[in-house]
Amino acid sequence: MAYKIKASDCTACGACEAECPNIAISFKKGTYVIDPAKCTECEGHFKSPQCAAVCPADCCVPA
Amino acid sequence: MGNVIALDGILGLGELKTAVDAPQSAASGCSSSSCGSSDGPADMAPDVWEKVKNHPCYSEEAHHYFARMHVAVAPACNIQCNYCNRKYDCSNESRPGVVSEKLTPDQALRKVLAVAQEIPQLSVIGIAGPGDSLAAGGKNSFATFEALAKHAPDLKLCISTNGLALPDHVERLKNYNVDHVTITINMVDPEVGERIYPWIFYDHRRWTGRDAAKILHERQMLGLEMLTSAGILAKINSVMIPGINDEHLKDVNKAVKSRGAFLHNIMPLISDPAHGTHFGLTGQRGPTAQELKLLQDECEGGAKLMRHCRQCRADAVGLLGEDRGAEFTTEKIEALELKFDDSVRREYREHVESERAERHRSKAAAQAEVQEVVGDDVAPILIAVATKGGERINEHFGHAKEFQIYEVGVHGAKFVGHRRVEEYCEGGEGNDDALDVVLAAINDCAAVFVAKIGGCPKKSLEAAGIEPVDRFAFEYIEESALTYFKDYAERLAQGTATSRSGHDAVIRPAMRA
Repeated sequence: MAYKIKASDCTACGACEAECPNIAISFKKGTYVIDPAKCTECEGHFKSPQCAAVCPADCCVPA
Repeated sequence: MGNVIALDGILGLGELKTAVDAPQSAASGCSSSSCGSSDGPADMAPDVWEKVKNHPCYSEEAHHYFARMHVAVAPACNIQCNYCNRKYDCSNESRPGVVSEKLTPDQALRKVLAVAQEIPQLSVIGIAGPGDSLAAGGKNSFATFEALAKHAPDLKLCISTNGLALPDHVERLKNYNVDHVTITINMVDPEVGERIYPWIFYDHRRWTGRDAAKILHERQMLGLEMLTSAGILAKINSVMIPGINDEHLKDVNKAVKSRGAFLHNIMPLISDPAHGTHFGLTGQRGPTAQELKLLQDECEGGAKLMRHCRQCRADAVGLLGEDRGAEFTTEKIEALELKFDDSVRREYREHVESERAERHRSKAAAQAEVQEVVGDDVAPILIAVATKGGERINEHFGHAKEFQIYEVGVHGAKFVGHRRVEEYCEGGEGNDDALDVVLAAINDCAAVFVAKIGGCPKKSLEAAGIEPVDRFAFEYIEESALTYFKDYAERLAQGTATSRSGHDAVIRPAMRA
């Protein structure tokens, strides 16, 4: 029950970080990463995972 | 520092004569329909003139004298456009959405102060992405504005957005004294929009197809109306995409005019498979120079058109025709000792201000003389000009990275666009012969004005039917163009000159210096 970011495709734009309702996304070593302990795939907040919906590179995927 | 317009290139030129000495009473000023964005104080309300006179992107006149700087603090976006692929950043390329270094708001402040120290012409700081300046809550954009308002309050702030999030932020923009906002509006009909925007992210979900375009359209119109009622000047950028929205942009022009847009800037699509954009990969072409000009001409009379846009990168620095961004890397800026002194900038602005009235008078006088001497039946011609700024013909033909295009006729000389002539970047390689590039780029012009030109290119230009002219070296562009037109009309009557109507030219994206 968590998403991850494919670092190779990430453009480091930060759009995902701003949308995450769980503050699970942070910037580390040149790319954004999702903390699987905090990620709920947005269940209880939104209909779909917000990071995946906003990502221009479509690199937020199920872990 | 090589190609920068030196301050002394503009200051201390008082000894240069004005081209024509016609009586001032003949000066009728220019009608707003013929001048486009080159309108002067007579064509707008005093408070609006005060806001635009030193802004290179909002005033055609100011773009000869003032510099802008974009700070790339906003990488996140909330929509996808078919002409954009933000993964691609060729360091030799110049187009919107492209940037070499993303900045934090703190780094942006340091960069602005460093650039302001070096370039006294700097008057405007803009945020144009590289994503959308108001996406992700506009957090970085507003943090940057806050820092700038505190440490460099003399610089104007402006922002550029796709409009989706704009209605949520108009109030805040007003609070930061942002009085220029650019919205990119490519359609007012979702049927057209769905061919330009594959998706948007709005209200916590991704929308596609016509729904996406409809929401975007409604938000753009609402945002524009809110700007107008808040007294913020709105410039509308539209990307002209042949076969998709070219004819439709006339409707866009009407729609934005009726909602109070100050300027409409129709830009050519920049499209190349190497950019990896949807349009690039599907072979969607951009318009030719004459297609673009024809559409801009057809929109005259509606929302005022801007023709001096250079489609700069999201981290561009300098006068509009140049980009000195590469001189100011984060590394260099970190090492600089920053000063907050704005006296040189103020001095420069005072100088431009003091020359302004005389410039307006001189142009109007030259125009009046042509109107008196030349018959109405002589069609206008296009002239390409090599300039480094300051409204003067002050660049060597061979050094010009772009030519400014002036249309001159019985109703005056007006700036109608620019043509870049650097070799086009294709994965770092350009293979066209440099002179052929210039010939193709100014093929619709009757003459090219230069400060100096070598014998070889001179011959090639003459063979192509474009007259190389260096007799106006270092003089003012508009007055020289009008003098040239007077001679041209005479030669036309004698049968020693021919018209170049029917010729078209090629639009090229810029390569970074």
